[in-house]
Amino acid sequence: MLRKLQVHLRDTFSVPARIMKTMSVPEGSYERSRNQYNSTRILREILKETPPDAIKILGIVDRDLCIPILTFVFGEAQLGGVASIVALARLRQEFYGLSPDDGILFERLCKETLHELGHNFGLIHCNDRECIMYLSNTVRDVDRKGTTYCGSCDSVLYLKTDPWRVQPWNRR
Amino acid sequence: MESKVNILIVDDEEIVRESLASWLGEDGYEVAAAENGARALERLPERDWNLAMVDLKMPGMDGIQLMDEIRKTRPETIVIIMTAYATVDTAVQAMKKGAYDYIVKPFNPEDLSMTIRKIIEHQKLVKENLYLRKELKKQYRLHDMVSKNHKMIEIFDLVKTVAKSNSIVLVQGESGTGKELLSRAIHMESPRKDEPFVSVSCAALTENLLESELFGYEKGAFTGADQARSGKMELAKDGTLFLDEIGDISLKLQMDLLRVIEQREFRRVGGTQLIPITSRIIAATNRDLKKAIEEGKFREDLYYRLNVISIHIPPLRERKEDIPLLVEHFLDRFNIEMGKNVDGVAESAMRLLMEHDWPGNARELRNVIERAMVVTKGRMILDADLSLPRPSGVPGAPDSRGKSLAEMEKEHIRQVLQENRWNIIRSAHILGIDRVTLYNKIRKYELKKEPVLNT
Repeated sequence: MLRKLQVHLRDTFSVPARIMKTMSVPEGSYERSRNQYNSTRILREILKETPPDAIKILGIVDRDLCIPILTFVFGEAQLGGVASIVALARLRQEFYGLSPDDGILFERLCKETLHELGHNFGLIHCNDRECIMYLSNTVRDVDRKGTTYCGSCDSVLYLKTDPWRVQPWNRR
Repeated sequence: MESKVNILIVDDEEIVRESLASWLGEDGYEVAAAENGARALERLPERDWNLAMVDLKMPGMDGIQLMDEIRKTRPETIVIIMTAYATVDTAVQAMKKGAYDYIVKPFNPEDLSMTIRKIIEHQKLVKENLYLRKELKKQYRLHDMVSKNHKMIEIFDLVKTVAKSNSIVLVQGESGTGKELLSRAIHMESPRKDEPFVSVSCAALTENLLESELFGYEKGAFTGADQARSGKMELAKDGTLFLDEIGDISLKLQMDLLRVIEQREFRRVGGTQLIPITSRIIAATNRDLKKAIEEGKFREDLYYRLNVISIHIPPLRERKEDIPLLVEHFLDRFNIEMGKNVDGVAESAMRLLMEHDWPGNARELRNVIERAMVVTKGRMILDADLSLPRPSGVPGAPDSRGKSLAEMEKEHIRQVLQENRWNIIRSAHILGIDRVTLYNKIRKYELKKEPVLNT
């Protein structure tokens, strides 16, 4: 699934994507009373691992994430910053008592990854319900929105990724 | 573009500040954070905060104390209290003290998004409402005049239009309706507003005095004219000349005035040089000029010269809906002038004000309110503070049966004059009329100062 995601990101941004070696979930990020992991604490650790040649770093974690004030988050990103994180737990069908479905999981993962990276590139939530930058508070919201950026978010992104864009090898 | 929404987060835990700021930032809000109450108060003047999300338990100043402070300096900022430990007591206390909401960490992201959107929407509506109220109030106001009567609002609109022209305006209306205020408003709305507004009260002066007052005189024009003097017409220059009580001038002066208005030039008394008139003329009267024409007391040709644009101000008894508005207007003004803090008028006192017929119109009302504000001891004007005439039939009223209104008026004026040793200004003030009207009434009723007998 990570390989497929790597290709998807590379195609979307026209920027090379690299898979790093697996990191362990940082100690101290576990919130015993909630049986969840603090996404902001993990994000801080991910940021420390950023390779010197990387412009963005994304963590995928198979845990349920939260921040102190919210019951859960699908992911978190530094707005206009470097690091972001996406949690798989609530993207899985089995979290809602349904049979596992890798197809659905991958589509949700792609959407949330592009959403968080969008924040990293400075995009804020979009009012277009179809746009991937539309705020999703439930998995229903995630499924309802489209798989791409709307025109205006895409143009902002195009300008922001310009310095790093590689000539179109695989861009559709 | 919509203005930015500013949110201030106050929490002693860094991870809370960081994660919440990041989450709200993704929604496009402008977020700042403070680690304690003192720091939050320092940051308050930085921006117009739409929302403050304040942690309940913090070392030093707690969330409720901070909310109190915020409400004092920034009442428009909405405060949400956040806490990890929910107790009914603290929630009730927070809401009682004015928190918009009380949320227990952790919060469902969907609900938090909804709460914040509701707050922003609410604030937008409040702002819009304030703006619309202000706009509405503007319509009721023309310089120092207020009204919500449709006739008056039409007049206000007319004033704005006629102010741009140079035509003569004739303002008619009973004493105290605000003829001079309206004329000043025309002047202030006109391109002449930086030039002088010169007012002449035609009724207060004898024919000869009025002539020299209006046109000025040359040295030696009459006994006592030891040097030349400019008249009001000259003094008005490129401004506005306001001729009050135009209905009271003599037929001779009416003829002079007609000629001057037609030729737009005049001579000083005893002078030969023609002086051009560059000012705009506004005339006012409380008399029925048409009736005066029928009676041969006013020249018809002058009437038509003056009556180019005619404005008739309705008396206060025909627009009683203005009474509360005027009362508020006078309260505001006298609160400032007297350095008082009177909040309003008690309901029963307002009823009395509404029932009164106001023969002296808005001026009488102003005098009644002014007096009430002097004598009132509290923050509200009560029935006893109003010096309104008692309704008839009330014990203590003089025997009024069999007397006409005119007789009653004459008697009342005589009594007030006597009580005040014929001090015209003081008597007029007490009667709630201006001194010109008092002079007119003295003449009408042929009242005379009775000699004081020295025994």
